[in-house]
Amino acid sequence: MKYGILILEGPYQHEASDSAYQFARAALDKGHEIARVFFYQDGVLNSTKLMEPQSDDRHIQKQWSALATENEIDFVVCVAAAKRRGINEEVVAEGFKIGGLGMLTDLAIEADRLITFRA
Amino acid sequence: MNEAAQKLMIVFRTAPYGTIYSYEGLENVVMMAAYEQDLTVLFIDDGVLSLKKGMDSSAFGIKDFSPTFKALEPVYDVEKIFIDKASLESRGLSLDELIIQPELIDSDQVEKLMEEQRNFMMF
Repeated sequence: MKYGILILEGPYQHEASDSAYQFARAALDKGHEIARVFFYQDGVLNSTKLMEPQSDDRHIQKQWSALATENEIDFVVCVAAAKRRGINEEVVAEGFKIGGLGMLTDLAIEADRLITFRA
Repeated sequence: MNEAAQKLMIVFRTAPYGTIYSYEGLENVVMMAAYEQDLTVLFIDDGVLSLKKGMDSSAFGIKDFSPTFKALEPVYDVEKIFIDKASLESRGLSLDELIIQPELIDSDQVEKLMEEQRNFMMF
């Protein structure tokens, strides 16, 4: 199965990003493909390398970056949502790239299943 | 619509203005309309409130995006627009209190419509 993942919530406040991450790991472990992860609305905040959680907590951005680089998955951060929230090329971590909303439509067309993670 | 068009649905299930979901859902309808897919829009749960007549967001400083809902069919050629009957009635609303007139469907029809889709986006 070719999955698309849509994330609408930021890190730490809501479990959506954690759930999406666990889902992606589990899907890959089962041999499925992740066509793209699209970070939208507050979800764009998962991409900032400026986050510094306490050392005994998970580092959500680093988890995502590792997933992207290990598996060569396309991670797209919505440009309009990012601009609203102060996210730009300078703060976006490894594995993420900024792109347009059309890439979400492309994903809905291409993926066998598009899963929305939100509040 | 192109020959390889996919059946895609955008679902509005959240009230407008309190959160950004409804606004971003609308952005996606407009974007998808440009891709000539087989697009369906559904209003359900609190999403039906997005279409209430007489809204005025000027007092709290957020842009009123309801004109874009009105433009979906005439400007963007989005023709398949549905609203869940139970969601509308349980909020004390009727079609004549809405800014557009989606097709009223019951929960069995919602289920059938959803089963036909390739993919969804939930806002």
